[in-house]
Amino acid sequence: MIVERRQWQHVGERMHAGELALVGLWGEPGCAHLAVMDRHSYGLMVLSLPGERFPSIGRLHPPAIRLERTMRDLYGLEAEGAPDVRPWLKHGEPYAFLPAEGESLHQIPVGPVHAGIIEPGHFRFSANGETVVRLEERLGYTHKGTEALLAGASLERAARLAGRVSGDSTVAYALAFAQAVEKALGCEIPARAIWLRALAAELERLANHFGDIGAVCNDASFTIMHAHCGWLREQVLRTAAQLFGHRLMMDCVVPGGLRADLPRQASEAIAALITLIRTRFPDLVELYDETESLKDRTVDTGVLTAALAEQYAAGGYVGRASGRTFDARRTPGYPPYDRLEFDVPTVHAGDVNARVWIRIREVGQSVALVEQIMAGLPSGAVASALPAGAGEATALVEGFRGDIFAWVRMGADARVERAHLRDPSWFQWPLLEAVIEGNIVADFPLCNKSFNCSYSGHDL
Amino acid sequence: MRKLLLKSVVQAPLTEPAPAADAAALAELASQVERAAHRRLGRSLSIREVDAGSCNGCELEIHALNNIVYDLERFGFRFVASPRHADVLLVTGPVTRHMEEALKRTYAATPDPKWVVAVGDCARDGGLFAGSDACKGGVGAVLPVDLHIAGCPPSPITLLKGLLALMEKHR
Ligand code: SF4
Repeated sequence: MIVERRQWQHVGERMHAGELALVGLWGEPGCAHLAVMDRHSYGLMVLSLPGERFPSIGRLHPPAIRLERTMRDLYGLEAEGAPDVRPWLKHGEPYAFLPAEGESLHQIPVGPVHAGIIEPGHFRFSANGETVVRLEERLGYTHKGTEALLAGASLERAARLAGRVSGDSTVAYALAFAQAVEKALGCEIPARAIWLRALAAELERLANHFGDIGAVCNDASFTIMHAHCGWLREQVLRTAAQLFGHRLMMDCVVPGGLRADLPRQASEAIAALITLIRTRFPDLVELYDETESLKDRTVDTGVLTAALAEQYAAGGYVGRASGRTFDARRTPGYPPYDRLEFDVPTVHAGDVNARVWIRIREVGQSVALVEQIMAGLPSGAVASALPAGAGEATALVEGFRGDIFAWVRMGADARVERAHLRDPSWFQWPLLEAVIEGNIVADFPLCNKSFNCSYSGHDL
Repeated sequence: MRKLLLKSVVQAPLTEPAPAADAAALAELASQVERAAHRRLGRSLSIREVDAGSCNGCELEIHALNNIVYDLERFGFRFVASPRHADVLLVTGPVTRHMEEALKRTYAATPDPKWVVAVGDCARDGGLFAGSDACKGGVGAVLPVDLHIAGCPPSPITLLKGLLALMEKHR
């Protein structure tokens, strides 16, 4: 919807008042776009304000600040009255870190190359002895110019790019992109494709949650959990390779449906995986729960308040461990989840332990979902031809990390005119800065792992 | 914990992979990698992984090398935290402009003799991100590369094969 400055401003004020949640804020040459969601009805609205300048939303609603800095970096759009005008995704100039003042403070710079096998980013700690007084993140190291590559790309190429915004969420991204394209073109896809997409998405969630649960324990030096969870993750990936022909299931979800149907013996492979998880995982949960030395590290560490989680509309386990009940599979929701039974686990403690427990419970939900999907799987084709045409649409898909927002404008030549993909990490990274305050430096890896934000998904 | 440990004692080791095809490939690779690694560097080879702007997909599979199924350390390969302890840099991603300097510095901090392995299609020539203004277009644009391991991402088995090839090349 094309709006005027007055309406844009008004929406900003409603965000400030807590009525609307920020879903996305992005640009293109000569136009700013804003997506918001009503916190009660979950109605999604996209506003477009033509021009090189727009009234800052970040001034009224802090979750928008980094997005506005990015809009200037990528498209030269100016947020009037913005509280922070430093570049964000664009590097080059020396970066002015925010000052931390006080007695006996020292700084610890970390990254962009980290000690482990993880993505690059820079963390600047200001600490008093062991206690962190301020953490400031400096991201953008993995900025690949993805949006520029998407503009004008063929649909096939764009779908592959969408599946590589954040490799751990390739299914969820491909799904969000495909849903937006299908809506833009008015394309109905076969029921079987819808159900199989959900199967892939739940397998992706399982693989990532197993990996994360193990990795959090590993950062507390409890390696036996890491070993067993890593083994379970490997079993999920092997099953995925068997079913979808790729361990991470890249390029399996395409606009119009799925690249291929399941091979024969798929249900046996799924049944075997489910039996495996059901027999092995409960012991690991018990082990986690009964190991006091481990919980000593995770309980009360890195507490995220419910107020902050709500203000930032933090998605996934970050939000749900701090009392937020949002899950895009349910609200606004998309098929086939309206036909499936599942809980959205929510707890209130907001600490590392709570974020682990949300994952543990979600493993149980995903296993039950996979079973329901296999039981109810419709027969028929797995793809339909995409009609020609132009159009613009959005989608919101629940990845393992949280809700992924996609906006696509299709041109009449079957090319993507513009696309924007917003990672859940945009609204989680700033919260990591908040939760580490007052914790000791040595607990940062635990907090960080329990968030497991995406660098690549954020840096675009 | 006692329960789980006891179970592990009586169970067959999990390192025995389930699918037959993989098991054969892994066993074959295991002995080959081992022989080559020993010849070249005695008992160990230290690897420093550098993400130069990957989508994180390659990292996930490199991680898997460390799980109990592939258990890379039994061959004498070890991931180390500092480039100063490394023999091999395992580099992923199309090398974003923003990672160029960090990658060069990491290379400079690695003592000789050293090898650079470019992992994944992005690291070869930029892959899907080739042509982006924000990317250098592959590790070769920034560092001398000894070996490319193809794939998007390469599977753990492919990665193992690649490490073997590196040893062979420099025999
Ligand atoms: S090669 Fe593929 S998996 Fe690896 S970083 Fe590039 S896009 Fe990601």
